[in-house]
Amino acid sequence: MKKLFEFKTKTIVATGLGAALFFVLFMYVKVPSPVPETSLQTAYGVGGFFAAMFGPIAGGLIAFIGHALSDALSYGSPWWSWVIASGVSCFLIGLVYPKLNVEEGEFGKKDIILYNVYQVVANVIAWLVVAPILDIVIYSEPVETVFLQGITAAILNAVVTGVIGTVLLVLYSKTRAKKGSLSKEG
Amino acid sequence: MKSKLFDYVERDNWVYNLSGLTKLIGFILLTFASMYTYDIRCILGILILSFTVLKMSGITFSQIKMMLYYVAAFLLLNQVLTFLLAPTYGTEIYGTSHEIIRFSERYVLTQEQLLYQVTKLFKYVSVIPLGMLFLLTTNPSEFASSLNGVKISYRGCYAVALTLRYFPDILRDYNDISLAQQSRGLDMSKKEKTSTRIKNVLNICVPLIFSTLQRIDVISNAMDLRGFGKHKKRTWYARKPMQKSDYVCLTACAGVALVVFGIAMFINGGRFWNPFY
Repeated sequence: MKKLFEFKTKTIVATGLGAALFFVLFMYVKVPSPVPETSLQTAYGVGGFFAAMFGPIAGGLIAFIGHALSDALSYGSPWWSWVIASGVSCFLIGLVYPKLNVEEGEFGKKDIILYNVYQVVANVIAWLVVAPILDIVIYSEPVETVFLQGITAAILNAVVTGVIGTVLLVLYSKTRAKKGSLSKEG
Repeated sequence: MKSKLFDYVERDNWVYNLSGLTKLIGFILLTFASMYTYDIRCILGILILSFTVLKMSGITFSQIKMMLYYVAAFLLLNQVLTFLLAPTYGTEIYGTSHEIIRFSERYVLTQEQLLYQVTKLFKYVSVIPLGMLFLLTTNPSEFASSLNGVKISYRGCYAVALTLRYFPDILRDYNDISLAQQSRGLDMSKKEKTSTRIKNVLNICVPLIFSTLQRIDVISNAMDLRGFGKHKKRTWYARKPMQKSDYVCLTACAGVALVVFGIAMFINGGRFWNPFY
Protein backbone atom coordinates (compact mmCIF):
# COMPACT_ATOMS: atom_id res chain seq x y z
CA MET A 1 0.00 0.00 0.00
CA LYS A 2 1.40 3.40 -0.95
CA LYS A 3 1.53 5.98 1.77
CA LEU A 4 0.23 9.42 0.86
CA PHE A 5 2.91 11.52 2.53
CA GLU A 6 6.04 9.38 2.38
CA PHE A 7 9.25 11.27 1.63
CA LYS A 8 11.96 8.78 0.75
CA THR A 9 15.13 9.47 -1.21
CA LYS A 10 13.41 8.78 -4.50
CA THR A 11 10.69 11.34 -3.71
CA ILE A 12 13.36 13.93 -2.91
CA VAL A 13 15.22 13.32 -6.16
CA ALA A 14 11.98 13.26 -8.14
CA THR A 15 11.07 16.59 -6.53
CA GLY A 16 14.42 18.12 -7.44
CA LEU A 17 14.52 16.96 -11.04
CA GLY A 18 10.78 17.42 -11.52
CA ALA A 19 11.13 21.02 -10.37
CA ALA A 20 14.01 21.56 -12.81
CA LEU A 21 11.87 20.15 -15.60
CA PHE A 22 8.90 22.28 -14.55
CA PHE A 23 11.22 25.29 -14.41
CA VAL A 24 12.55 24.70 -17.97
CA LEU A 25 9.08 24.17 -19.44
CA PHE A 26 7.60 27.05 -17.48
CA MET A 27 10.17 29.49 -18.80
CA TYR A 28 10.57 28.37 -22.39
CA VAL A 29 7.70 26.19 -23.56
CA LYS A 30 4.60 28.33 -23.60
CA VAL A 31 2.01 27.80 -26.29
CA PRO A 32 0.03 30.99 -26.91
CA SER A 33 -3.62 30.26 -26.28
CA PRO A 34 -6.62 31.46 -28.29
CA VAL A 35 -7.33 33.96 -25.48
CA PRO A 36 -5.13 37.02 -26.06
CA GLU A 37 -2.24 37.81 -23.66
CA THR A 38 -2.34 34.38 -22.04
CA SER A 39 -0.47 31.22 -22.76
CA LEU A 40 -0.92 27.52 -22.16
CA GLN A 41 1.69 26.56 -19.61
CA THR A 42 2.77 23.08 -20.61
CA ALA A 43 4.65 22.84 -17.32
CA TYR A 44 1.38 22.10 -15.49
CA GLY A 45 0.93 18.94 -17.56
CA VAL A 46 4.30 17.74 -16.31
CA GLY A 47 3.45 18.88 -12.78
CA GLY A 48 0.28 16.79 -12.91
CA PHE A 49 2.23 13.80 -14.21
CA PHE A 50 4.81 13.97 -11.41
CA ALA A 51 2.10 14.53 -8.79
CA ALA A 52 0.28 11.38 -9.93
CA MET A 53 3.55 9.42 -10.01
CA PHE A 54 5.21 10.56 -6.79
CA GLY A 55 2.47 11.93 -4.53
CA PRO A 56 1.28 15.26 -3.14
CA ILE A 57 4.48 16.39 -1.41
CA ALA A 58 6.59 15.92 -4.52
CA GLY A 59 3.90 17.45 -6.74
CA GLY A 60 3.34 20.47 -4.53
CA LEU A 61 7.05 21.18 -4.08
CA ILE A 62 7.77 20.70 -7.80
CA ALA A 63 5.26 23.33 -8.82
CA PHE A 64 6.19 25.62 -5.92
CA ILE A 65 9.96 25.51 -6.46
CA GLY A 66 9.73 25.51 -10.26
CA HIS A 67 7.31 28.43 -10.37
CA ALA A 68 9.16 30.44 -7.69
CA LEU A 69 12.54 30.06 -9.42
CA SER A 70 11.21 30.87 -12.86
CA ASP A 71 9.37 33.92 -11.52
CA ALA A 72 12.46 35.06 -9.66
CA LEU A 73 14.51 34.73 -12.83
CA SER A 74 12.04 36.46 -15.10
CA TYR A 75 10.57 39.09 -12.78
CA GLY A 76 13.20 39.49 -10.07
CA SER A 77 10.87 38.40 -7.32
CA PRO A 78 8.26 35.63 -7.18
CA TRP A 79 4.58 36.56 -7.38
CA TRP A 80 3.89 34.66 -4.17
CA SER A 81 0.13 34.29 -4.42
CA TRP A 82 0.36 32.47 -7.77
CA VAL A 83 3.41 30.49 -6.73
CA ILE A 84 1.49 29.19 -3.73
CA ALA A 85 -1.56 28.49 -5.90
CA SER A 86 0.65 26.48 -8.28
CA GLY A 87 1.93 24.44 -5.36
CA VAL A 88 -1.60 23.90 -4.06
CA SER A 89 -2.89 22.74 -7.45
CA CYS A 90 -0.20 20.07 -7.88
CA PHE A 91 -0.40 19.09 -4.21
CA LEU A 92 -4.13 18.42 -4.60
CA ILE A 93 -3.59 16.44 -7.81
CA GLY A 94 -1.07 14.36 -5.87
CA LEU A 95 -3.85 13.15 -3.56
CA VAL A 96 -4.83 10.76 -6.36
CA TYR A 97 -1.43 9.02 -6.03
CA PRO A 98 -2.36 6.13 -3.69
CA LYS A 99 -5.24 5.18 -5.99
CA LEU A 100 -3.07 4.84 -9.11
CA ASN A 101 -0.52 2.22 -10.05
CA VAL A 102 1.23 3.69 -13.06
CA GLU A 103 4.61 2.17 -12.12
CA GLU A 104 3.11 -1.25 -12.67
CA GLY A 105 1.67 -0.42 -16.03
CA GLU A 106 -1.92 0.13 -14.92
CA PHE A 107 -3.60 3.22 -16.31
CA GLY A 108 -6.93 2.33 -17.88
CA LYS A 109 -10.13 4.25 -18.56
CA LYS A 110 -11.14 4.27 -14.90
CA ASP A 111 -7.79 5.75 -13.87
CA ILE A 112 -7.95 8.37 -16.61
CA ILE A 113 -11.31 9.56 -15.33
CA LEU A 114 -10.10 9.50 -11.73
CA TYR A 115 -6.98 11.53 -12.57
CA ASN A 116 -8.98 14.09 -14.52
CA VAL A 117 -11.61 14.54 -11.83
CA TYR A 118 -8.85 15.20 -9.30
CA GLN A 119 -7.01 17.62 -11.56
CA VAL A 120 -10.10 19.65 -12.50
CA VAL A 121 -11.11 19.98 -8.85
CA ALA A 122 -7.52 20.86 -7.91
CA ASN A 123 -7.25 23.53 -10.60
CA VAL A 124 -10.59 25.08 -9.67
CA ILE A 125 -9.66 25.26 -5.99
CA ALA A 126 -6.18 26.61 -6.71
CA TRP A 127 -7.03 29.24 -9.32
CA LEU A 128 -10.54 30.29 -8.35
CA VAL A 129 -10.14 30.21 -4.57
CA VAL A 130 -6.50 30.24 -3.44
CA ALA A 131 -4.93 32.54 -6.05
CA PRO A 132 -7.55 35.33 -6.01
CA ILE A 133 -7.84 35.35 -2.22
CA LEU A 134 -4.06 35.52 -1.79
CA ASP A 135 -3.87 38.24 -4.45
CA ILE A 136 -6.32 40.30 -2.44
CA VAL A 137 -4.77 39.53 0.95
CA ILE A 138 -1.08 39.82 0.01
CA TYR A 139 -1.14 42.37 -2.78
CA SER A 140 -4.49 44.23 -2.36
CA GLU A 141 -5.27 43.74 -6.04
CA PRO A 142 -8.77 44.80 -7.12
CA VAL A 143 -11.36 42.00 -6.95
CA GLU A 144 -12.42 42.28 -10.60
CA THR A 145 -8.97 41.68 -12.07
CA VAL A 146 -8.04 38.76 -9.84
CA PHE A 147 -11.16 36.76 -10.63
CA LEU A 148 -10.89 37.39 -14.36
CA GLN A 149 -7.29 36.17 -14.27
CA GLY A 150 -8.28 33.29 -11.98
CA ILE A 151 -11.00 31.99 -14.30
CA THR A 152 -8.69 32.16 -17.32
CA ALA A 153 -5.91 30.39 -15.43
CA ALA A 154 -8.25 27.68 -14.11
CA ILE A 155 -9.61 26.82 -17.56
CA LEU A 156 -6.25 26.91 -19.37
CA ASN A 157 -4.40 24.98 -16.70
CA ALA A 158 -7.11 22.35 -16.42
CA VAL A 159 -6.93 21.82 -20.19
CA VAL A 160 -3.14 21.52 -20.15
CA THR A 161 -2.98 19.34 -17.04
CA GLY A 162 -5.71 17.14 -18.47
CA VAL A 163 -4.40 16.69 -22.00
CA ILE A 164 -0.64 16.56 -21.44
CA GLY A 165 -0.82 14.82 -18.06
CA THR A 166 -3.15 12.09 -19.31
CA VAL A 167 -1.14 11.43 -22.47
CA LEU A 168 2.12 11.23 -20.51
CA LEU A 169 0.63 8.86 -17.93
CA VAL A 170 -0.85 6.59 -20.61
CA LEU A 171 2.41 6.50 -22.57
CA TYR A 172 4.50 5.87 -19.48
CA SER A 173 2.22 3.09 -18.23
CA LYS A 174 2.59 1.36 -21.60
CA THR A 175 6.38 1.21 -21.20
CA ARG A 176 6.09 -0.58 -17.86
CA ALA A 177 5.68 -4.34 -17.66
CA LYS A 178 2.36 -5.26 -16.09
CA LYS A 179 2.37 -7.22 -12.87
CA GLY A 180 1.78 -10.88 -13.63
CA SER A 181 2.26 -10.35 -17.35
CA LEU A 182 4.58 -13.34 -17.55
CA SER A 183 3.09 -16.78 -17.52
CA LYS A 184 4.82 -20.10 -17.14
CA GLU A 185 4.80 -22.21 -20.25
CA GLY A 186 3.59 -25.69 -19.74
CA MET B 1 22.59 30.38 -25.18
CA LYS B 2 19.49 30.35 -23.06
CA SER B 3 21.18 29.13 -19.90
CA LYS B 4 23.17 32.39 -19.84
CA LEU B 5 20.18 33.69 -17.94
CA PHE B 6 21.39 31.91 -14.88
CA ASP B 7 25.11 32.36 -14.80
CA TYR B 8 26.85 32.92 -11.54
CA VAL B 9 29.99 35.04 -11.81
CA GLU B 10 32.11 35.17 -8.71
CA ARG B 11 33.12 38.67 -7.62
CA ASP B 12 34.90 39.99 -4.60
CA ASN B 13 32.82 42.66 -2.94
CA TRP B 14 30.83 42.87 0.27
CA VAL B 15 27.52 41.77 -1.27
CA TYR B 16 29.04 38.59 -2.68
CA ASN B 17 30.94 37.90 0.51
CA LEU B 18 27.84 37.92 2.68
CA SER B 19 26.66 34.49 3.73
CA GLY B 20 23.77 33.05 1.70
CA LEU B 21 21.72 32.84 4.87
CA THR B 22 21.99 36.60 5.42
CA LYS B 23 20.94 37.32 1.87
CA LEU B 24 17.97 34.94 2.10
CA ILE B 25 16.70 36.45 5.36
CA GLY B 26 17.29 39.98 4.08
CA PHE B 27 15.42 39.14 0.88
CA ILE B 28 12.47 37.70 2.80
CA LEU B 29 12.29 40.61 5.27
CA LEU B 30 12.46 43.35 2.64
CA THR B 31 10.09 41.69 0.14
CA PHE B 32 7.52 41.10 2.87
CA ALA B 33 7.81 44.69 4.04
CA SER B 34 7.29 46.09 0.54
CA MET B 35 4.55 43.54 -0.19
CA TYR B 36 2.65 44.63 2.88
CA THR B 37 2.84 48.39 2.73
CA TYR B 38 1.00 50.67 0.32
CA ASP B 39 2.74 53.76 1.64
CA ILE B 40 4.60 55.32 -1.27
CA ARG B 41 7.15 56.95 1.05
CA CYS B 42 8.23 53.59 2.52
CA ILE B 43 8.23 52.02 -0.92
CA LEU B 44 10.45 54.73 -2.38
CA GLY B 45 12.81 54.19 0.57
CA ILE B 46 13.06 50.47 -0.16
CA LEU B 47 13.39 51.23 -3.87
CA ILE B 48 16.38 53.52 -3.32
CA LEU B 49 17.97 51.08 -0.89
CA SER B 50 17.58 48.07 -3.17
CA PHE B 51 18.85 49.85 -6.27
CA THR B 52 21.83 51.25 -4.34
CA VAL B 53 22.82 47.76 -3.18
CA LEU B 54 22.31 46.44 -6.73
CA LYS B 55 24.69 49.12 -8.00
CA MET B 56 27.24 48.32 -5.28
CA SER B 57 27.14 44.60 -6.03
CA GLY B 58 28.58 45.26 -9.49
CA ILE B 59 25.95 43.25 -11.35
CA THR B 60 26.13 44.47 -14.94
CA PHE B 61 23.18 45.67 -16.96
CA SER B 62 23.67 42.95 -19.59
CA GLN B 63 23.22 40.30 -16.88
CA ILE B 64 19.75 41.53 -16.00
CA LYS B 65 18.60 43.00 -19.31
CA MET B 66 16.24 40.13 -20.15
CA MET B 67 14.61 40.25 -16.74
CA LEU B 68 13.97 43.95 -17.02
CA TYR B 69 12.15 43.46 -20.33
CA TYR B 70 9.93 40.75 -18.86
CA VAL B 71 9.15 42.91 -15.86
CA ALA B 72 8.36 45.95 -17.96
CA ALA B 73 5.92 43.95 -20.09
CA PHE B 74 4.28 42.45 -17.02
CA LEU B 75 3.95 45.77 -15.23
CA LEU B 76 2.45 47.44 -18.29
CA LEU B 77 -0.17 44.70 -18.61
CA ASN B 78 -0.94 44.84 -14.90
CA GLN B 79 -1.37 48.62 -14.94
CA VAL B 80 -3.62 48.63 -18.00
CA LEU B 81 -5.74 45.74 -16.67
CA THR B 82 -6.15 47.44 -13.31
CA PHE B 83 -7.38 50.64 -14.90
CA LEU B 84 -9.67 48.88 -17.38
CA LEU B 85 -11.27 46.57 -14.84
CA ALA B 86 -11.26 48.68 -11.70
CA PRO B 87 -11.01 52.37 -12.57
CA THR B 88 -12.53 53.41 -9.24
CA TYR B 89 -10.53 51.11 -6.95
CA GLY B 90 -8.47 54.05 -5.67
CA THR B 91 -11.63 55.87 -4.64
CA GLU B 92 -12.86 52.75 -2.85
CA ILE B 93 -9.63 52.54 -0.87
CA TYR B 94 -9.13 56.17 0.06
CA GLY B 95 -12.81 57.07 0.38
CA THR B 96 -12.59 60.36 -1.55
CA SER B 97 -12.70 61.30 -5.22
CA HIS B 98 -10.68 64.07 -6.86
CA GLU B 99 -11.27 63.97 -10.58
CA ILE B 100 -8.50 64.77 -13.05
CA ILE B 101 -9.90 63.75 -16.43
CA ARG B 102 -13.21 62.18 -17.35
CA PHE B 103 -12.96 59.84 -20.36
CA SER B 104 -16.46 58.41 -20.14
CA GLU B 105 -19.11 57.57 -17.55
CA ARG B 106 -17.09 54.62 -16.25
CA TYR B 107 -13.52 55.72 -16.90
CA VAL B 108 -12.73 58.65 -14.69
CA LEU B 109 -9.12 59.21 -13.76
CA THR B 110 -8.99 60.34 -10.14
CA GLN B 111 -6.03 61.39 -8.03
CA GLU B 112 -6.77 58.43 -5.77
CA GLN B 113 -6.57 55.96 -8.63
CA LEU B 114 -3.38 57.59 -9.84
CA LEU B 115 -1.80 57.33 -6.38
CA TYR B 116 -2.88 53.69 -6.05
CA GLN B 117 -1.47 52.70 -9.44
CA VAL B 118 1.77 54.65 -9.07
CA THR B 119 2.27 53.16 -5.60
CA LYS B 120 1.65 49.70 -7.01
CA LEU B 121 4.08 50.30 -9.86
CA PHE B 122 6.90 51.32 -7.51
CA LYS B 123 5.98 48.53 -5.10
CA TYR B 124 6.68 45.91 -7.76
CA VAL B 125 9.73 47.72 -9.13
CA SER B 126 11.28 48.04 -5.66
CA VAL B 127 11.50 44.26 -5.11
CA ILE B 128 13.06 43.44 -8.50
CA PRO B 129 16.66 44.14 -7.44
CA LEU B 130 16.20 42.11 -4.25
CA GLY B 131 15.44 38.87 -6.06
CA MET B 132 18.21 39.49 -8.55
CA LEU B 133 20.67 40.27 -5.77
CA PHE B 134 19.83 37.09 -3.95
CA LEU B 135 19.91 34.84 -7.01
CA LEU B 136 22.87 36.31 -8.86
CA THR B 137 25.21 36.88 -5.94
CA THR B 138 24.65 33.59 -4.12
CA ASN B 139 26.71 30.61 -5.18
CA PRO B 140 24.15 27.96 -6.25
CA SER B 141 25.93 25.38 -4.09
CA GLU B 142 25.48 27.61 -1.09
CA PHE B 143 21.78 28.13 -1.75
CA ALA B 144 20.69 24.85 -0.16
CA SER B 145 22.79 25.41 2.94
CA SER B 146 21.24 28.84 3.42
CA LEU B 147 17.72 27.38 3.12
CA ASN B 148 18.72 24.82 5.73
CA GLY B 149 19.91 27.75 7.83
CA VAL B 150 16.32 29.01 8.13
CA LYS B 151 15.33 25.60 9.56
CA ILE B 152 13.86 24.06 6.42
CA SER B 153 14.36 20.27 6.51
CA TYR B 154 17.58 19.34 4.72
CA ARG B 155 15.67 16.87 2.58
CA GLY B 156 13.65 19.75 1.14
CA CYS B 157 16.84 21.79 0.72
CA TYR B 158 18.43 18.92 -1.14
CA ALA B 159 15.50 18.93 -3.57
CA VAL B 160 16.16 22.62 -4.29
CA ALA B 161 19.90 21.95 -4.66
CA LEU B 162 19.14 19.18 -7.15
CA THR B 163 16.85 21.52 -9.08
CA LEU B 164 19.60 24.10 -9.45
CA ARG B 165 22.17 21.44 -10.29
CA TYR B 166 20.07 19.76 -12.98
CA PHE B 167 18.39 22.82 -14.48
CA PRO B 168 21.19 23.42 -17.04
CA ASP B 169 21.34 19.70 -17.89
CA ILE B 170 17.62 19.44 -18.53
CA LEU B 171 17.65 22.68 -20.49
CA ARG B 172 20.41 21.27 -22.69
CA ASP B 173 18.47 18.02 -23.16
CA TYR B 174 15.41 20.04 -24.06
CA ASN B 175 17.32 22.03 -26.69
CA ASP B 176 18.86 18.86 -28.15
CA ILE B 177 15.53 17.07 -28.41
CA SER B 178 13.80 20.15 -29.74
CA LEU B 179 16.40 20.63 -32.48
CA ALA B 180 16.36 16.94 -33.35
CA GLN B 181 12.58 16.98 -33.72
CA GLN B 182 12.66 20.19 -35.73
CA SER B 183 15.20 18.66 -38.11
CA ARG B 184 12.66 15.89 -38.67
CA GLY B 185 10.14 18.51 -39.74
CA LEU B 186 8.29 19.37 -36.54
CA ASP B 187 7.02 22.93 -36.77
CA MET B 188 7.41 24.83 -33.50
CA SER B 189 6.66 28.25 -34.94
CA LYS B 190 3.54 30.36 -34.73
CA LYS B 191 2.27 29.12 -38.09
CA GLU B 192 0.69 26.01 -36.62
CA LYS B 193 -2.68 25.74 -34.88
CA THR B 194 -2.76 25.62 -31.08
CA SER B 195 -3.79 21.96 -31.01
CA THR B 196 -0.94 20.95 -33.36
CA ARG B 197 1.51 22.91 -31.29
CA ILE B 198 0.42 21.11 -28.12
CA LYS B 199 0.96 17.82 -29.93
CA ASN B 200 4.40 18.99 -31.03
CA VAL B 201 5.32 20.01 -27.51
CA LEU B 202 4.29 16.52 -26.38
CA ASN B 203 6.70 15.05 -28.92
CA ILE B 204 9.47 16.86 -27.10
CA CYS B 205 8.17 16.30 -23.57
CA VAL B 206 7.89 12.53 -23.85
CA PRO B 207 11.58 11.76 -24.46
CA LEU B 208 12.57 14.51 -22.04
CA ILE B 209 10.45 13.07 -19.25
CA PHE B 210 11.52 9.50 -19.87
CA SER B 211 15.18 10.48 -19.70
CA THR B 212 14.47 12.46 -16.53
CA LEU B 213 12.77 9.45 -14.95
CA GLN B 214 15.84 7.35 -15.69
CA ARG B 215 18.04 10.02 -14.13
CA ILE B 216 15.83 10.04 -11.04
CA ASP B 217 16.43 6.30 -10.65
CA VAL B 218 20.20 6.62 -11.06
CA ILE B 219 20.56 9.56 -8.68
CA SER B 220 18.28 8.22 -5.97
CA ASN B 221 20.07 4.85 -6.03
CA ALA B 222 23.43 6.62 -5.74
CA MET B 223 22.17 8.69 -2.81
CA ASP B 224 20.65 5.67 -1.07
CA LEU B 225 23.89 3.72 -1.46
CA ARG B 226 25.78 6.56 0.22
CA GLY B 227 23.37 6.52 3.14
CA PHE B 228 21.47 9.74 2.40
CA GLY B 229 18.81 10.60 4.94
CA LYS B 230 20.15 8.37 7.70
CA HIS B 231 20.61 11.16 10.24
CA LYS B 232 18.46 14.02 11.42
CA LYS B 233 21.02 16.69 10.53
CA ARG B 234 23.78 17.14 8.02
CA THR B 235 26.65 19.51 7.44
CA TRP B 236 27.23 21.54 4.27
CA TYR B 237 30.40 21.80 2.26
CA ALA B 238 29.50 25.22 0.87
CA ARG B 239 28.33 27.06 3.95
CA LYS B 240 29.92 30.42 4.70
CA PRO B 241 30.29 31.16 8.40
CA MET B 242 28.48 34.24 9.72
CA GLN B 243 30.74 37.28 10.05
CA LYS B 244 30.43 40.76 11.49
CA SER B 245 29.16 42.20 8.19
CA ASP B 246 26.43 39.54 8.14
CA TYR B 247 25.10 40.64 11.52
CA VAL B 248 25.26 44.32 10.52
CA CYS B 249 23.33 43.57 7.33
CA LEU B 250 20.72 41.45 9.13
CA THR B 251 20.18 44.18 11.73
CA ALA B 252 19.77 46.78 8.99
CA CYS B 253 17.19 44.68 7.10
CA ALA B 254 15.26 43.92 10.27
CA GLY B 255 15.37 47.63 11.11
CA VAL B 256 13.91 48.63 7.75
CA ALA B 257 11.17 46.01 8.04
CA LEU B 258 10.32 47.17 11.57
CA VAL B 259 10.14 50.82 10.51
CA VAL B 260 7.85 49.95 7.58
CA PHE B 261 5.50 47.87 9.72
CA GLY B 262 5.67 50.47 12.49
CA ILE B 263 4.66 53.31 10.15
CA ALA B 264 1.82 51.19 8.78
CA MET B 265 0.53 50.29 12.21
CA PHE B 266 0.98 53.42 14.29
CA ILE B 267 0.98 56.31 11.82
CA ASN B 268 -1.18 55.16 8.89
CA GLY B 269 -3.36 52.78 10.87
CA GLY B 270 -3.35 50.24 8.03
CA ARG B 271 -1.62 49.27 4.82
CA PHE B 272 -2.57 52.44 2.95
CA TRP B 273 -1.20 55.93 3.44
CA ASN B 274 -4.04 58.35 2.89
CA PRO B 275 -3.00 61.92 2.00
CA PHE B 276 -6.56 62.79 0.91
CA TYR B 277 -8.14 62.48 4.30
